[in-house]
Amino acid sequence: MSFWRSAGFWINVLLVAIGGAVVLLIHQDTLRETVFTILMFVILASSLNIIMGLTGYVNFGHIVFFGLGGYFGFFLLSQLGWPLYLCMIAGGALSVVIALVVGAAVLRLRGAYFALATIGINEAARAFVANFAPFGGATGLYVNFSAYNAYGGSSKALWWIFTLLWIVTIITVVVCYLVKHSRFGLGLIAIREDEDAAMVMGVKTPWAKTAAFALSAFFPALVGTLYFFKNGNVEPEDAFRFQLSLEILVMVMLGGKGYVLGPIIGALAYERLRGVLLVSPLFKNLHLALSGAILLLIVLFMPGGLVGWVRDRLPRLRRWLE
Amino acid sequence: MFAHLSASLVDGLLIGFVYGIAAMGLSLIWGVMRVINLAHGATMALGMFCIYGLFTKLGINPYLGVPLAALLALLFGFLIYGVALHRVMQSGYLYTLLATFAVNMIIIGVGTTLFTTSPRNVDFSLGSLQMGSEILLGTRLVAAVASVVITVALYLFLYFTRTGKAIRAVSNNRAAAELMGISSTQVLALSFGLGTMLAAVAGGLTATFFPFTILSGGAYQLKSFVICVLGGLGNPLGALFGGLILGALEGIVPVFMPVSWVPVVEFGLFVLVLVVRPTGLMGAK
Repeated sequence: MSFWRSAGFWINVLLVAIGGAVVLLIHQDTLRETVFTILMFVILASSLNIIMGLTGYVNFGHIVFFGLGGYFGFFLLSQLGWPLYLCMIAGGALSVVIALVVGAAVLRLRGAYFALATIGINEAARAFVANFAPFGGATGLYVNFSAYNAYGGSSKALWWIFTLLWIVTIITVVVCYLVKHSRFGLGLIAIREDEDAAMVMGVKTPWAKTAAFALSAFFPALVGTLYFFKNGNVEPEDAFRFQLSLEILVMVMLGGKGYVLGPIIGALAYERLRGVLLVSPLFKNLHLALSGAILLLIVLFMPGGLVGWVRDRLPRLRRWLE
Repeated sequence: MFAHLSASLVDGLLIGFVYGIAAMGLSLIWGVMRVINLAHGATMALGMFCIYGLFTKLGINPYLGVPLAALLALLFGFLIYGVALHRVMQSGYLYTLLATFAVNMIIIGVGTTLFTTSPRNVDFSLGSLQMGSEILLGTRLVAAVASVVITVALYLFLYFTRTGKAIRAVSNNRAAAELMGISSTQVLALSFGLGTMLAAVAGGLTATFFPFTILSGGAYQLKSFVICVLGGLGNPLGALFGGLILGALEGIVPVFMPVSWVPVVEFGLFVLVLVVRPTGLMGAK
């Protein structure tokens, strides 16, 4: 375990650590909101990368864990008055349990069949939550404004939420790096390259796939709880946005799947790109089509994403870009 | 109760025929190309808008519009194959999945801008037929009959023409088919075109009796997956059978529970069949 001596590790961690720290120092509200979105995307994309980039299983329903975990955390927070950090962990725990149960069943399917199964999960989860009375049904849940007082008023609470998100981002990136360079991660990569060969080489594939799925489910739930607490409410339409699930997928592909740096670069680039497109009157409505065009171009011409492309062109940088 | 049940069952079965056509396209593409076409629903929605446009703008009868839409869809399928799929056919399922998915995003994105997401409907009626205590809508009867005709035509094409035999040969073993002098690129493009055509036809027929938006395709695509899995992925004729099962379910389920539970039931069934018997109820071992 000599990851602290590796340049690739520090580049990834410092990128998000410094990014967040600068915002905390400047202490400006609009900047915080922008960076909040970026960090949120980084966490969602990095966690998707564990199952999609390393294990090679496309998950079209990654946002389900954000929705369900966030719903549960928000439920504990708003209805039972639990402290925020406990709610996050409880939401994450529920997410992991769901991923273990769903994964044990669905991950028996290979490749394309698994991807098929994940397409409907989002719709099913939304339909379920919209009919589930304790979560407020179709109208969702609200937090009492006094809940923010525990954190010194709503303005201070927003900064506190941002700080927590920043810490979660750093943890996510560190975990992704450690997973990729561990024996477990090598097993996952072996599954991606050839599942049968991996089995022959002694990788316990059903166990490894389910564990990777559960791990990828943990972090979105933390983000979900923070995001809904920041908004003060949660409703099914906002929690299970299929489009967001797709955008995360595009971010992973854009940055480069399978690299720890990929989702970070992808999230940053995609958020900036979207920001530019959303304000331009011509492209405002077309941004889904443009995401699709970007995805198609990457799939056809740059399958390694931005990071993979640079690594191919400049082999000397490979040590730095992991 | 019984009359109500049988009425909604018959209604569901008639719609099931149309679902079967859509699923047949998906199944054909998977069977021949080993590609899961995630742009299938979007193509269906395009078929709906094609019929809608021809009917409202040019006043063309929807049933004359369907063959025209089918032709356009065939060409559109060739285009998608050439632009998005041909390059990644050898790269594994991850890339073909993502490529068709990107096409889906492009169609939906452009479609949303052009047509907005407000619901449309083709205001066309063929009257209705009274059978005992049940009323059958004429448009649904015609759609069901058209679906059967298309299925028979597809069967005849696949089993009794030279091109159809080439498609089945590529589906069985692409390398061997190439050694026999079949150009697999042409066959793959044709299969994708035919699959897209079936989607557009199903969309066009659906448009005559259900309101729709550009996003409606997504729900039908999900149904098509369920049907394909029921009938066996890669078995186009099994798809009609799967469509009937799903249609019947859709007819029966709302009698016993709220309509909002239908997607939950469908998806539950989908995952159950995928996990227990991924080759489908009628699929090969």
